[in-house]
Amino acid sequence: MLTYTLKRILQGIVTVWFIATATFVAMHAVPGDPLANQRATNEQIQRNLEQRYGLDRPVSEQYVVFLGGILRGDFGISFTQENRRVNDIIRENFPVSATLGILAVAFAALGGILFGALTALFRDRLPDLVIMFLVILAISVPSFVVAAFSQLALVDINVYLGFSLLPVAGWGTLRHMIVPSMVLGLGTMAYLTRLMRSSMLEITSSDFIRTARAKGLPPARIFLKHQLRNAVLPVVTVLGPAIAAITTGGFVVELVFAIPGLGRYFVEAVQQLDYTVIMGTTVFYGAFLVSMVIVVDLLYGWIDPRVRVE
Amino acid sequence: MSVAVRFSPADFEPVTARRQLQVSSRPSLSYWQDSWRRLKGSRRTFASLCAVMALGAMAVAGPWVWSVDPAAQDIDQISQAPAWPSSALIVPPYTPWAAVTATPTQAGDVVTNLRLAEPASTQAVRLVWEPVVGAAGYVVYRSVYDTAPDRALGLPIGEVLGADQASFEDRLDLEPRRYWYSVVVTDENRAEQSAYAALTVDTVRTVSAGDAELRGWVEDATVLAPGDQIDLPYHPLGTDYLGRDMLARLLYGARVSLFIGVVAPLLFVLVGVVWGSAAGFLGGRVDQLLMRVADFVIALPFLLFMILFKIAFGIGPGESGVFPMLVALVLLGWPSTARLVRGQILQVRQEGYVAASQLLGARTGYLVFRHMIPQTMGVILVTLTFAVPSAIFTEAFLSFIGMGVAPPTPSWGSMANEGIRTMLSHPHELLFPALIISATVLAFNLLGDGLRDALDVRMRGRE
Amino acid sequence: MMVEQPPTYRDPMSRLAMRQLLWLGALSLVGFVALMGALAWASSITGGSAIAGRAIDVETGTITRALAQEPPQLDSTRATDQASIFILGHVMEGLLRYDASNRLVPGVAERWDIRPDGATFWLRDDARWSDGRPVTAHDFVFAWRTIVDPANAAEYAFILYYVKNGEAINRGELSPEALGATAVDDRTLEVEFERPVGFFDKLVAFAVYFPVREDFYRSRDGRYAADAEDLVYNGPFMMTRWVHGAHVRLEKNPLYWNRDAVRLNVIDMPYVTADTGAVVNLFKDGSIATATLGAEQLDDAMKLRWNLGRYSDGSVFYIDFNFRPERLTSNFHLRRALQLVNDSGELVNKVIGLPGYLPAVSLFPIWLNGVEGPFRQEYPPPVVIPDLELARTHLELAKQELGVAEIPPLVLLTGDAPIANKQAEYFQNLFDRALGLEIRIDKQIFKQRLDKMTSGDFDMVAAGWGPDFADPLTFGDLYASWNGNNRGKYNNPALDEQVRIAQNSLDPRTRMDAFGEIQRILIDDAVQLPNYERGLVYVEDPRLKGVVHRSVGTDPDYTTAYLVENP
Repeated sequence: MLTYTLKRILQGIVTVWFIATATFVAMHAVPGDPLANQRATNEQIQRNLEQRYGLDRPVSEQYVVFLGGILRGDFGISFTQENRRVNDIIRENFPVSATLGILAVAFAALGGILFGALTALFRDRLPDLVIMFLVILAISVPSFVVAAFSQLALVDINVYLGFSLLPVAGWGTLRHMIVPSMVLGLGTMAYLTRLMRSSMLEITSSDFIRTARAKGLPPARIFLKHQLRNAVLPVVTVLGPAIAAITTGGFVVELVFAIPGLGRYFVEAVQQLDYTVIMGTTVFYGAFLVSMVIVVDLLYGWIDPRVRVE
Repeated sequence: MSVAVRFSPADFEPVTARRQLQVSSRPSLSYWQDSWRRLKGSRRTFASLCAVMALGAMAVAGPWVWSVDPAAQDIDQISQAPAWPSSALIVPPYTPWAAVTATPTQAGDVVTNLRLAEPASTQAVRLVWEPVVGAAGYVVYRSVYDTAPDRALGLPIGEVLGADQASFEDRLDLEPRRYWYSVVVTDENRAEQSAYAALTVDTVRTVSAGDAELRGWVEDATVLAPGDQIDLPYHPLGTDYLGRDMLARLLYGARVSLFIGVVAPLLFVLVGVVWGSAAGFLGGRVDQLLMRVADFVIALPFLLFMILFKIAFGIGPGESGVFPMLVALVLLGWPSTARLVRGQILQVRQEGYVAASQLLGARTGYLVFRHMIPQTMGVILVTLTFAVPSAIFTEAFLSFIGMGVAPPTPSWGSMANEGIRTMLSHPHELLFPALIISATVLAFNLLGDGLRDALDVRMRGRE
Repeated sequence: MMVEQPPTYRDPMSRLAMRQLLWLGALSLVGFVALMGALAWASSITGGSAIAGRAIDVETGTITRALAQEPPQLDSTRATDQASIFILGHVMEGLLRYDASNRLVPGVAERWDIRPDGATFWLRDDARWSDGRPVTAHDFVFAWRTIVDPANAAEYAFILYYVKNGEAINRGELSPEALGATAVDDRTLEVEFERPVGFFDKLVAFAVYFPVREDFYRSRDGRYAADAEDLVYNGPFMMTRWVHGAHVRLEKNPLYWNRDAVRLNVIDMPYVTADTGAVVNLFKDGSIATATLGAEQLDDAMKLRWNLGRYSDGSVFYIDFNFRPERLTSNFHLRRALQLVNDSGELVNKVIGLPGYLPAVSLFPIWLNGVEGPFRQEYPPPVVIPDLELARTHLELAKQELGVAEIPPLVLLTGDAPIANKQAEYFQNLFDRALGLEIRIDKQIFKQRLDKMTSGDFDMVAAGWGPDFADPLTFGDLYASWNGNNRGKYNNPALDEQVRIAQNSLDPRTRMDAFGEIQRILIDDAVQLPNYERGLVYVEDPRLKGVVHRSVGTDPDYTTAYLVENP
């Protein structure tokens, strides 16, 4: 087990290195001057700026400098927020995103498993149909609309009550987190609900469940030990990358609820061609994703001994 | 009595052995025949199949049935909600209006005799008043609600500077309705007085003959004389933010959105299935290599690589980027399906019947496609149906880097995205595209459910 | 064949399983709540904004508002953007400042004297930094030297090229000490000019000219202005809290020389979001004291009977042409034809439909001042009345001159902002309908658009310009052949000549005449198509008074704002 984990971590490092290299190449291949601004600067100022960021050196040399930086755990200074190190940006904003993301994923996973199991039990009957309708609504309405309308509803509730039930926006306390995390987790919850329903149905009609019933096992035990445990595997598979994606992809929710998370940096850095932030966030995200995948793969074996990886 | 018995040589042929001594009670069904039988059996699935085909037909034939140009802008009817057809009064063409000045004679903190200089129309509302001595300027407000009694003046639509100014022309977004105008005097510190002069104005919809011709409502402007009524183009589902017909745009947009929404998921799910089952089945080093490639692809920054694809494909201005986008979506979209399928394959790989089949000498391809993939059909179909809306919205998102359809070509996703900006003031601009996207997703989900039931080997033979 | 409806498969155990499911649900809910609690504790130690107060607290003199954007750079020697300049304008003070009526008044300088070749500023003796040290002439000299020092790589260094040797230092030809700004003593600042400049008083009110104290700057070891404690303040307010991307809090500076005129104690900004809808929702909720409205919120604002205000933010937007000889748009008649169908009134009144916006008729916006009164009243721009017939005539002339039967498709380069989209699609339709021209919209995000603008890969581009200082020159030199912002490479010696006159003359009349002539050339030669002057509609809590909105400089300005109990 330990050897396997170590091997996976080694592979993960190689994967992240590939990700970093591909992103580095892509970033330099995209046209646009990272230092250009709306206001044209004269050549001298342009040269001064290039020197500051080391862009006057050949790209290969920049690559070596960048790799050296990663090894020392230093991503450099942001191009757009010239006073901040990329490390500081990640250190200050990631905990916010992570908190929001973990809540959202917890919400999505619990809701998804519960609703999925429920719809499978009530297959083709009213609860199934109602939940399916809600699921479709949740995935075919853009997340901005969901976020904006839930905020609007919150304002109306607060105004109606005459006091602040939950804050409309901002960050800092548990009360700030409830609505945004639900909005953020909604899409994933919808997906997990359907996934869970589907795999529950498959399991219900499989032989070992029939055997278990024939043996006269208590239904509750069949449900928990056999059905749920087997059906949850696809959910776990999706969950790994979903945690990484939700934690860093909260751009819209962060915007609407004024949350100081990391999500906006992923979008804005590319638009602004902020080299150091692009590289910092991508490498960080890559490492995060890879570790989530490793965790999920280890979980596999625990949930279902059949898929234990050697 | 004699019975003539005639024999033919055939009667002396030896009897062939009947190979089939017993006949099964019903004909054998192949996997696919059985699936089709079950598919037809479910009314809901059949209805969803019809709905999907209707959507396809709409994309193909829709623009011919409702043959309004989806790019034509009806500047006089911007962001109109669905309504009955309306008409407009023909008026002389708009001419700029010189500001009216008058020497202020009266003192006070409010203008007097606020009135219309000429009848109010949607072309312009022209206000005049008696100015006030010592005013630094006048601010004009407009509301669609009564300003009394709490001095809620509404929108500040303009300001004129100078005590002698005695007029204001409002042309801002005028609709045929009732407006409450107010004029407030400002002092030398630009502070507003609390008193105000108010005027209620009812505007009528007007258009000049020249504009009517330019917009293609009449062939020849000379047939129209001021005072005539002209029927405006009818928009059954209203218009968008540039006065374009929503129905025409929805019908036309179906082409791109359904194409991207159906083809892209089909392709990348297919790639994912092949990739994932190869990894899951072969296992070992191959599995690790394949899955690390999948991790690599998921972690690439999407926006950056889309920009790169756009440049690599050389999409020029005004050219449709739909095909390159399809390629890009497939290249970047498959890993999640691959992971999911791999997990499922790992689960079923150990089943007894797989081992049995393997011992009987089944080839790898047969094993995977016959025994394993049908087992994972459920999750594959869920992924597939969820990929439909996400592909539709990704297309719209990518138009933000100039990679989706070239304007003014419509697509559902971009209509919904534009509709978001006005979702509170003009909800129909979001509602209609969102509704049709939901309907599409619903149809594909029901179809997916039906297919799942039909294709699931474990359901085989069941009614 | 009749198909029977399949009998619903009722799981005999479903009721028991249901109970189990409920139990599982309850358990997971408990787990969920526990998780939330743990995360709440975790996040309380990782920062985020503190619990925000309500919009206004009259007793403590506190207002709460939202920020559209995190200020990217509070080092005044390198700041370039509106968000940073808004904060800097409250926590720092230059030699001069603008008052509530937008007149220049003494700031750190008590009096001043501006001559053709230089200027002298006499500093007041009660100007203090927030740590109690006096603000001296050396602080200005150090700041200005830093800006032109190539090692600092300041983008706005060109604004200091008016000071003697500024440009040469920035090019690395001279050392920063050679800058023509010297501290005669602690309270006298002597400035030598590179060339005559008629608006130096306006320049020194600009954030880039603010003072920086050398010993403090050096003591931060490269982290000057990185956090609230890495700055020392000499303005009406000081920053007491700065959580990046989340929260900025300004409090009254007790050592500010004119502290008695400052009536607010706290400006708290615990929300950072660019989403207009979210900000309006916060206002509606009573969490913040002011909000800017989008078109989307106007109906609601009228229904809620809010008191609204509007002002111009100073910027002008227009379509620029590409004048490179290989481009069709270098042909005058083609541009003229487009100009004659362009109706900025229709664009603003019908398509954009926001009350703050004004139809643009010139590069020079309405708020600029001329010799005595408003520039546009003294120099009314030539009026272009849309004329379809005349436009078509010019189009025919263009085809003849270019030797083509049909004009090939033209590329309109545009950005990804919502209004830019609307504008581009409106023009695409307009030019097609009126002149039968095919327009191809080239939508690019920020850096790629800049790249194409700089390399000249466009026929037309939707552009805009915001002023740096309140003089027509901030717009007037845009089309000078040597200006890097002249991305269409317009080259007209007659215009260049007028720009030189405006740059080098000190006589207001001569300069304004030159700007009037520039305005005439831009319209008569159809150099650009003016679209709109941007404006904003905002709502303020009625208890908040005295907030100043401006087109140039600190906007909005809360220095003179105050609170009342009952409006």
